[in-house]
Amino acid sequence: MTEAGERPPALAAPDTWRERHTAGLRQIRLYAHTYARSFSALLGLVLVLGFLLLAVIGPWIVPYPGDATGEVHMDRKLLAPGAEHWFGTDEVGNDLLTRVVVGTRLSLTIALVITGVASVIGVPLGMVAGLKGGWLREVIMRTTDVFLSVPGLVLAIAIVAAMGPGVINSVIALSLVWWPGYVRLIESKTLALKNELYIEAARISGASTARIVFVHLLPNCLSPILVKASMDMGMAILAAASLGFIGLGAQPPAPEWGALISIGRNYLPTWWWYVTFPGLAIYLAVLGFNLMGDGLRDVFDPRSRGR
Amino acid sequence: MAVVLKRLALLVVMLFGLLTITFTISHVAPGDPAALAAGPDATLEMRQRIREEFGFNKPLPIQFGIYLAGVARGDLGRSVQTNQSVTVDLLRYFPATLELVSAAMLIAVALAIPLGMLSAMLRNTWFDHVARIVSVSGVAVPMFWLGLMLQLFIALHLGWLPLGGRLGLMALPPEPVTHLYLVDSLLRGQWGTFMDAWAHILLPAVALCLPALAAIVRVNRAEMIEALAMDYVVNARAQGITRGRIVAVYALKNAMLPTLAIIGLRYGWMLGGTVLVETVFNWPGIGLYATQSAVAQDFQPIMGVALLIGVNFMLANLLVDLCYGWLDPRTREAGG
Repeated sequence: MTEAGERPPALAAPDTWRERHTAGLRQIRLYAHTYARSFSALLGLVLVLGFLLLAVIGPWIVPYPGDATGEVHMDRKLLAPGAEHWFGTDEVGNDLLTRVVVGTRLSLTIALVITGVASVIGVPLGMVAGLKGGWLREVIMRTTDVFLSVPGLVLAIAIVAAMGPGVINSVIALSLVWWPGYVRLIESKTLALKNELYIEAARISGASTARIVFVHLLPNCLSPILVKASMDMGMAILAAASLGFIGLGAQPPAPEWGALISIGRNYLPTWWWYVTFPGLAIYLAVLGFNLMGDGLRDVFDPRSRGR
Repeated sequence: MAVVLKRLALLVVMLFGLLTITFTISHVAPGDPAALAAGPDATLEMRQRIREEFGFNKPLPIQFGIYLAGVARGDLGRSVQTNQSVTVDLLRYFPATLELVSAAMLIAVALAIPLGMLSAMLRNTWFDHVARIVSVSGVAVPMFWLGLMLQLFIALHLGWLPLGGRLGLMALPPEPVTHLYLVDSLLRGQWGTFMDAWAHILLPAVALCLPALAAIVRVNRAEMIEALAMDYVVNARAQGITRGRIVAVYALKNAMLPTLAIIGLRYGWMLGGTVLVETVFNWPGIGLYATQSAVAQDFQPIMGVALLIGVNFMLANLLVDLCYGWLDPRTREAGG
């Protein structure tokens, strides 16, 4: 794995940070090496990093910053893509490249909140169900089953319809339907782990449940959570865009990708660029997170490699 | 038999859970349930009347009882938009959705199983890599956008297929038997109508089938790889049985069980996808009904659609479970 030259001299005093963490660093290097061997995983990483960069610096690098906040330029409405406007312009003369790039931050934030809330609800519930068993487990798991028995998007539409359309409500609705997947994942992982020898050893030596959860269980659940969260970032972007497309999510003039397509649809087929580029942005962002999740799974779970 | 009964009992429990969720959304969510039921244009008196009629002023447990009794009678409320009972509307729109989902699933299965088999046989070749990228893309592409792109290029630019709807403007639907136009037109021997219906269903079905296609390819490929590494495959090869026969008969049979499970699961998810695809293609099913109601803030139909899709999803899972036990005796013993 490592070159002979990189290895620390055997007799050096083991007190530098790097030496104390040799094992961990080697593990990370191995992960990076495995990850980098897959072309699709690298492609995913590049796409994700690209979109993250756009989300952070997007508003400062776009050619027409004013167009993201609802300026009107009727003199240049619905222009075809060209040197001035790479993605063309919309019905009030806003530069679509600007709006798609600025929308990145919104879509990624929405996805991050949904995934974050879902795991914060789902992981503890899954762990309780796996550890405690009994009626508590039955209640948690049956509730999870019921939620998983309706397509999340349909349930989210119902919730948004009850609360009223809007970006905040759509995020709440999607978060409310997103957590069951984490319960299922963590419950099965906890069930598998809790009879492992090292957990039993910890329990025998008097470790509290809290200590077992935070020191032994959670770190071992981290890799499946990371894989699922990566995939879910993609799926949440897709779901939020779908609500935007139906007209229940972000409302115009917010530059949300799904909402852009929803309006652009009225300008088909002549002004084709209006729906094409926001859709490409959704596709590439979701693709990136999915490929990255795939790559992470291959790294953390060697058995899944090549499957 | 005991397994079937146990499974049915579980179905009842799940159904009760689903009704609890829909009740919570419609009665407990912030906002006035009477205002939701009455629609956006209702006057104060109308809301008050609905409040009394539906018992929205009673305690929640009693309201839940009223709600359950209503659902048991088949009463899912009224649609403000169509001014019909939601049950009547759902019965009218559901066959179109069923037809679309079935067509999409047929396309997905017909393409995915050969793709998965070939990917497993040609593992880590260019074919496998291309198939992988296609299948990940199938999950990543927004179906409403794909639908719009298909309309743009295939329907409008090339003019090969119609833009939307179930039949051409001038065409009359076939005499109803199953209410599925493809089946009915065949039963009546109306070839022209059949071709027309087929042309109309193709684009929405393609847009709808991609995520399922991707999932089935993935599962089938993984299961085929596993099956091909089994001892009985080595044994069969040692006996001189051809590779094609081993793959198509011995390995495929064993890979089909998990594949079947994912097909059942995906059927339910596809029903959720119709909300988007039907909106794009103006397909008169429950998905379009739901989005039109959602935009008009017509609340009861959305809850009806959610309930109907949930019930279908549960029935599909039940069917898969029962098939599993029937096809694989090992699970039957374990489950019994």
